[in-house]
Amino acid sequence: MNDNVLHIENIVMQFGGVVAVSDFTLDINKGEIVALIGPNGAGKTTAFNVITGVYAPTNGAVYFNGKRIIENYPHGKMKKLYKGGNLGKYKSVVEPTPDKITRLGIARTFQNIRLFKNMTVFENVLIAKHLKRTSNIFSATFRLNYKEEQKHREEVLKLLDILGLSSVKDEKATNLPYGKQRHLEIARALATNPSLLLLDEPAAGMNPQETEELTAFIGRIRDQFNLTILMIEHHMDLVMDISDRIYVLDFGKLIAQGTPDEVQNNPKVIEAYLGVSDDA
Amino acid sequence: MKKQTKFIATILAVIIIAGFVFFAGNLPTTSMLRTSLQMGVIYALLAVSMNMLNGVTGQFSLGLAGFMTLGAYTYAVLTIPVEVRDNVYYLYGVADCIKNLELPIIPALIVAGLVAAFFAFLIGLPVLRLKSDYFAIATLGFAEVVRIVTASSWLNKVTNGSLGLNSIPKFNSYYAIFIVAAICIAIMFLIKNSTYGRAFKAIRDDEIAAEAMGINLQKHKILSFVISSFFAGVGGALLAMYLKAISATTFTLATATYYILLMVVIGGMGSYSGSIIAAFLVIFSKEWWLRGLDKPQFIGGFQIPLLRSGFRMVIFSVILMIVVLFFRKGIMGDNELTWDYIASIFKRGKKGKKAVEEVQK
Repeated sequence: MNDNVLHIENIVMQFGGVVAVSDFTLDINKGEIVALIGPNGAGKTTAFNVITGVYAPTNGAVYFNGKRIIENYPHGKMKKLYKGGNLGKYKSVVEPTPDKITRLGIARTFQNIRLFKNMTVFENVLIAKHLKRTSNIFSATFRLNYKEEQKHREEVLKLLDILGLSSVKDEKATNLPYGKQRHLEIARALATNPSLLLLDEPAAGMNPQETEELTAFIGRIRDQFNLTILMIEHHMDLVMDISDRIYVLDFGKLIAQGTPDEVQNNPKVIEAYLGVSDDA
Repeated sequence: MKKQTKFIATILAVIIIAGFVFFAGNLPTTSMLRTSLQMGVIYALLAVSMNMLNGVTGQFSLGLAGFMTLGAYTYAVLTIPVEVRDNVYYLYGVADCIKNLELPIIPALIVAGLVAAFFAFLIGLPVLRLKSDYFAIATLGFAEVVRIVTASSWLNKVTNGSLGLNSIPKFNSYYAIFIVAAICIAIMFLIKNSTYGRAFKAIRDDEIAAEAMGINLQKHKILSFVISSFFAGVGGALLAMYLKAISATTFTLATATYYILLMVVIGGMGSYSGSIIAAFLVIFSKEWWLRGLDKPQFIGGFQIPLLRSGFRMVIFSVILMIVVLFFRKGIMGDNELTWDYIASIFKRGKKGKKAVEEVQK
């Protein structure tokens, strides 16, 4: 498969004796919108944190554009505690930090909005351009990087224009309405020029109208920026509307995967979401 | 505001400030304005360097006194004239390695900064992994270690033990300190407004989001720590130059770190111009305006009670308490004193008045 963007292989994430994600495998192809759903505490955000390098997985590997970016196996104390499978399949340790993952072209947003509160909208997005710099501290201090800085500023203005945020660019980030803050977080992630965008509950706390707008927005940026999107979401309307494929997690285990229709009619998924009565 | 108006206004402001400093420089040497202005500019440099780490990058350090000591001692050891060294080190003798080492003032200032920056780099590697309170305590510990090591007997031949160093040379010109401090502060302003400065602010606002934006936390924190310490070292050296004599107790937690932290807090965390204003206010009131409270004063034939030596510090503390209680964000918050900011104050005033008038109608 040449157009595989993200390949997650047998990820196990264990905190002490608690297995948060167990043997999770996922594939995303170029241009797809894939949703990761599941009840609360199913391990969706943990999976996100593994992909973005916040946690090192206990076992398993992650490949991005065919290149291995994360790999780990149970060692040290974890050797005794380990409860997952595939023991011995992975032998090396590749543990990048979140900033390195971002450099590779994976950008993310957060479940609870994390904007830079004391900065304007424009500055918030401009921060993302810091990783594209070629200047060092001296050239940046004495403005020898003037052209580069100018270029970054223009790029950011253009991006804000495309995303419809240019009218509020000098507002403080915290003064924006909630829905706009979500848009801004996505804009900030896009400014790092990612090829894969991870959205952690982009519609959390939004009303139906805002959710509808967001649905259109996500579809639009996918086409405009050539993105591949992996998102966690609870709003089923949004998920069923724009996802190409859906993965369902429950108690850290993958219980179903497939197109929206397949997943909707999967008895296991219905059981996970609605429960099943004893006498049924 | 138009760019041109701003430009003209800036030039006018610079000329006024320069004229004021020139006026102060021509006053007799006993004038309080003349001396406190010089002290104020040194403290302004120190306050801005502390603000860079504590306010802009959000890493609450209490190690400033340590870096000041390093800078001050380095400067003193490098510049005390060779002829008077035997007098300075009359008790312990002077170590051979520094016996004939004498640098001109400017290179010695730079070396003083570099020594402080080097130590910041060394301790920054482990210490910056700590968060908030733990980081503050670790840096505080470092400052104490520096103080005790400089006073310890096995450095007697370099630091002159607890006797301290004197006969520290200074610039011939009254204005040189202002120029050095202005250059240092200008560099820190440039850093704050560069892409690195934005990255520092991002780290202060949200470390997790900053890291997700591709900012290497450890690298940027160390960078900020090292630069801040460099200027703290230069500031310490300037202070040594101003005081002419230093000892290990010159820069302690209470007299250096907390004192400058106060200026930073009063000025506003994250605002360099606030720190500068606060530094001058604090120095002026402590050294000059409140001096009258230290001696007995009479109104008519009546002696005002309580006024005696040391009373100005009581009043000073009360003023500080009021500031901290009622102006939590300091004078400037985290805004800089730009022309746009000044214009916005006037606009806000007008808007407020209009709103009040409408309510009254």
